[in-house]
Amino acid sequence: MPTDLRRPPVPIYLREGARTTRGTRGRRRIPNPLAAILLLFFLLFFVVPVLWLVLAATKTDDQLISGNPLSFGSWHGLRANWDALTAYQGDTVFLWLRNSALYAFLALVITLAVAVPTGYALAMTEFRGRRTLLVATLIVMLMPSATLVVPLFLEINAVHLIGSMWSIILPYSFYPFGVFLTYIYFSTALPRDLLDAARLDGCSEFGVFRRVALPLAIPVVALVGFFSFVANWTNYFLPYVLLPQSDQFPVQVGLGTLLDNVPQFNPTAGTAAVERPELALATLLAITPVLLVFLFSQRFLVAGMLAGATKE
Amino acid sequence: MWPGRAGHGFVAAYTLLLIAFGVVPTVYAVYFAFTNAGDTFAGLSNFTAAASDFRFVPAITHIGLYLVFWLVSLVVFVVGLSLVLHRLAARPLSKVLRFVYYIPGALAGAASVMVWLFMLDPAVSPAGFLLRGLGYDTFAQVIAPGHLPILLTIIAFWTGAGGWIVVMYGALNNIPHDMIEAARIDGANAWQIARRIQIPLLRKWIVYMAILAFAGGTQLFVEPELLSQASNGVAGRDYSLNQLSYDFAFQNNNVNTAAAISVELLVIGLVVASVFVTRSGFFDAD
Repeated sequence: MPTDLRRPPVPIYLREGARTTRGTRGRRRIPNPLAAILLLFFLLFFVVPVLWLVLAATKTDDQLISGNPLSFGSWHGLRANWDALTAYQGDTVFLWLRNSALYAFLALVITLAVAVPTGYALAMTEFRGRRTLLVATLIVMLMPSATLVVPLFLEINAVHLIGSMWSIILPYSFYPFGVFLTYIYFSTALPRDLLDAARLDGCSEFGVFRRVALPLAIPVVALVGFFSFVANWTNYFLPYVLLPQSDQFPVQVGLGTLLDNVPQFNPTAGTAAVERPELALATLLAITPVLLVFLFSQRFLVAGMLAGATKE
Repeated sequence: MWPGRAGHGFVAAYTLLLIAFGVVPTVYAVYFAFTNAGDTFAGLSNFTAAASDFRFVPAITHIGLYLVFWLVSLVVFVVGLSLVLHRLAARPLSKVLRFVYYIPGALAGAASVMVWLFMLDPAVSPAGFLLRGLGYDTFAQVIAPGHLPILLTIIAFWTGAGGWIVVMYGALNNIPHDMIEAARIDGANAWQIARRIQIPLLRKWIVYMAILAFAGGTQLFVEPELLSQASNGVAGRDYSLNQLSYDFAFQNNNVNTAAAISVELLVIGLVVASVFVTRSGFFDAD
């Protein structure tokens, strides 16, 4: 359900792949100035906003306007912003973060438990309806999922589940892209002979999956988990529509609530006014888990890519 | 391949989710789109109601304009940057740059909009001098509705491009070096190699990127929604089609027209998807 189509899904056999096929012989050593300028410009474009965000959290609102935009405020300022943010409606920020973690994590567990066996069965077994399921998955994977949010609201409303956390988690758990990735992985990287050997040794079908296929699929499991977690953590539209109460919001929707209370952006902001540096700090908190997952999975993802790349 | 019940066991849970959250909402949307509030068949009246709404044509125009900017910038800059990074003699530098370009991807969704609210406010932005140089002194001037296609493109590019650069780089790696070497021996320069060999071989991936970006672009919601919140109405709440659908459903209490817009978006998505599946050969078994 929550595939963000703007973000590229990275097939496992790409990325860092097949480095061995190219050498460095014959390359120009003198960098082209135009290329250097291009790379530098985009370096600034991608980095400066992130850097600014980190620094803004350490400043007062006055410093934000009068100081150098890329200067450090003070530890005291960071502390003050932290206190002000956490005091906002009594720890609501932590509640939002906890909600995000709960939704994203439960959906992740279900996604993996559901998608990996499905990808395996689609790739390695024959059963009635296999082709239909495969085609349906491809179609749904490419269909803009945000357009289903309003119909999904109507459906969930019809079964009186609006406001339940499962109305968020279950649609998150439906992750056709994860099925597609595992399907590609199993059909390209897992030799059938291996399965037949295990079967001859007396393994049940489930045993073959659990003892042979699953251990070999760790890289793709991690990859699906990575994409699913990031997609769910950053989803806005679905919880925005489906969750009626502030204390159920994930942090993404919470950020919107905070934004509403920043006087510079909304002059009618009431008594619960939020200063801009607090909003910056809240944004920083909201992205930290995703950033950590990014950093930690970097190596693992690259290793996964290489495992697939040997196929080429 | 072996027949059987085992296969069904493996796919049962997924099939349930597919039905509940893929098939049923689609059917539901179609049902609502062709009925009226009294649950009777309404023909195309919901579609004409949506199309004749004064916000509909502007919303289509907005999305169309945004898609042009977004797709062109994505194809030009992602392919360009990937080629440059791939030629970079200093491998560690190339790797670091790819990772750094990738970082804003962690700020998808509302977080990226928050960052860009600040970046686009001349009072606090590190690029404030640029904005003032262009003649914009206030946040409201910067996010004037006419600027939104470009601003939304910048936000989307900022969060999405890094991941695509990694993909393109991987695809470039898969081009056999012999082929490049042969062209070089024949006297081709970097530009000719890129144009005659690398870009044609990337074609499939460029199409893949463009189609996913197109499908994603049509479902714009969080960016214009939060921008309109922050600008206090300078940017309207009805900028994109999804916002319009949301408004029909929850402000106007008109779920049938809302569903009609959803169905239209789904049809666009479905057409794009099927063109992609049938024409690109992308899913051909390998």
